[in-house]
Amino acid sequence: MREKKKAGSAALRVSESYLETVSRRFRRHRLAMVSLVVLAVLVGAALLAPVIAPYDPDAIVGTFGGAPCREFWLGTDQIGRDVLSRLLYAMRISLLVGVLATLISTAIGVVLGLVAGYFGGIADMVIMRFTDMVMSFPYILLVLVAASIFRPGLWNIILILGFVDWPGIARLVRGNVLSLRETNFVKGNLIAGMPVRHILFSEILPNTVAPILVYATSVLALSMLDEAALSFLGLGVQPPTSSLGNMLNGAQSLTVLTKQPWLWLPPGLLIVVLVMAINFVGDALRDALDPNSR
Amino acid sequence: MYKYIVKRILIAIPVLIGITIIDYAIMCMAGSPLEMLQGPRVSEAAIEAKKIALGLDQPFYVQYFVWLGQLLHGNMGYSIKSYQPVSEMIASHLGPTLLLMGVSLVVSLLMAVPAGIYSAIHQYKKRDYAVVTLSFLGSSVPSFFLSLLLIYVFTVKLGWLPSGGMTTLGAKSGVADVAQHMVMPVLVLAFSMAGSNIRYIRSAVLEILQQDYLRTARAKGIGRFRVINKHALRNALVPIVTVIGMEIPVLFGGAVIIEQVFSWPGLGLMTMSAITSRDYPVIMGVCLLSAVVVLVANLVTDILYALVDPTIQLN
Repeated sequence: MREKKKAGSAALRVSESYLETVSRRFRRHRLAMVSLVVLAVLVGAALLAPVIAPYDPDAIVGTFGGAPCREFWLGTDQIGRDVLSRLLYAMRISLLVGVLATLISTAIGVVLGLVAGYFGGIADMVIMRFTDMVMSFPYILLVLVAASIFRPGLWNIILILGFVDWPGIARLVRGNVLSLRETNFVKGNLIAGMPVRHILFSEILPNTVAPILVYATSVLALSMLDEAALSFLGLGVQPPTSSLGNMLNGAQSLTVLTKQPWLWLPPGLLIVVLVMAINFVGDALRDALDPNSR
Repeated sequence: MYKYIVKRILIAIPVLIGITIIDYAIMCMAGSPLEMLQGPRVSEAAIEAKKIALGLDQPFYVQYFVWLGQLLHGNMGYSIKSYQPVSEMIASHLGPTLLLMGVSLVVSLLMAVPAGIYSAIHQYKKRDYAVVTLSFLGSSVPSFFLSLLLIYVFTVKLGWLPSGGMTTLGAKSGVADVAQHMVMPVLVLAFSMAGSNIRYIRSAVLEILQQDYLRTARAKGIGRFRVINKHALRNALVPIVTVIGMEIPVLFGGAVIIEQVFSWPGLGLMTMSAITSRDYPVIMGVCLLSAVVVLVANLVTDILYALVDPTIQLN
């Protein structure tokens, strides 16, 4: 009986499409499903911030440093702004920084990795040695140096994080291209005289999208953490714009830390929840997209 | 074997040269020291004279070689703020940082290695999921937020531990005093590093557990305990070596933020104050030092890796 069932599901597996297989494997990861729901709610709340925020995030609406009450669910900050409204807008900014920085670094990494892996020779050597050099500098230190040279601010932070975090992706893509270059379908394209552009972007790239996607989720998590750290140190997003990191900046003062936990606990916990959810989704994607697992 | 080591070193040399070029280029991009001189009281001629005295009228590559020559003599330039030699400043702050890093590295290994192996042995059980979830927490918590939480609990609420510094002011500084100040920074650094390492060691051990030689060992009937402790652990040394290599750059980066939060008087705190006062010679001195350390650490890891794992192909 059991054997029969197994055979039946095997037959089913043959008929299901690649995407169906991936989503079936993904749904097995319970924590990732929960994370997906959490992410959807939080991203929704961030996108809808102008609609659902009870107050203007930059307007002074209450008492200085008021504790949470019915009127202000998460209290008010040192100059009387509503913490909940600021938190919603901060999430918007932090997600924006994370997503854009990830897009930039992924684009740079993919292009450099493709070129290095496909053309080999001197191009490969120069790109990979340059990657080694950038990787040798401790990541946070490089970001801090860049943040101290360029004026801190939202767009500079996005660019800095985007331009510093590509070496990992470049190495990953290069490795994949090296092995794909030896496959028959790529060799076939070469013999057929297809243009290099077509081979790179229509043949090789689609076959290495899965690992890039998985890696990009971890870059997203990392860049959100880095934005938070930079803003916390005062080198990132500058007030009055709120980001999850610079909302924690106030906690460096002892009165805020000891007497007003509603000012720093919510943004901190929100970062943890967001980053953890992204990491879980990335982990489930890794398992789901892995061709070796079933 | 020697061929492999020599080859690895030969690859590292251009990277090292590249690092110094990047370092110098960033320092030039950050602004010339002449900007500090400018003001209504300084004449054009004085600036011109200073420019020639500092060698800034030379082409970029000549300046670079002059700087490199000085560097090889141990001269890393002078701080713009305090006029102290950068190498002296680094040397005087290095001790506390090395202490913090060393202890954190050991503590994180003590957390990650047993947890990773435990998790792998109990794969797909509740215990495994608990460890893996905890490890995700470790890599998802911003270190500064964890520091604030610890300070809130252990300093503000319980009053057990000091919130910052390395020794109690005015008191006689003993080993116990320093150790007490180290508990929180070490915990934060170790926990955030252990996060990713637990998963790395777990998957490496899972791979080892599937090997044929372990099935053979099990088939011989020597017992589960001896299979794992005698046969699996020894092979788990390879991923542990990799983990140590991966931790070195993380340590340097993490130290900057942790030292800032806990006002630990080390290299990180010095770097942060140099960053806020735009003291580029100091910043780039630290960058150069850490990049070289990371490069050397990678080199040593690769060579150790080859030594520990006899199956690695050396060609």
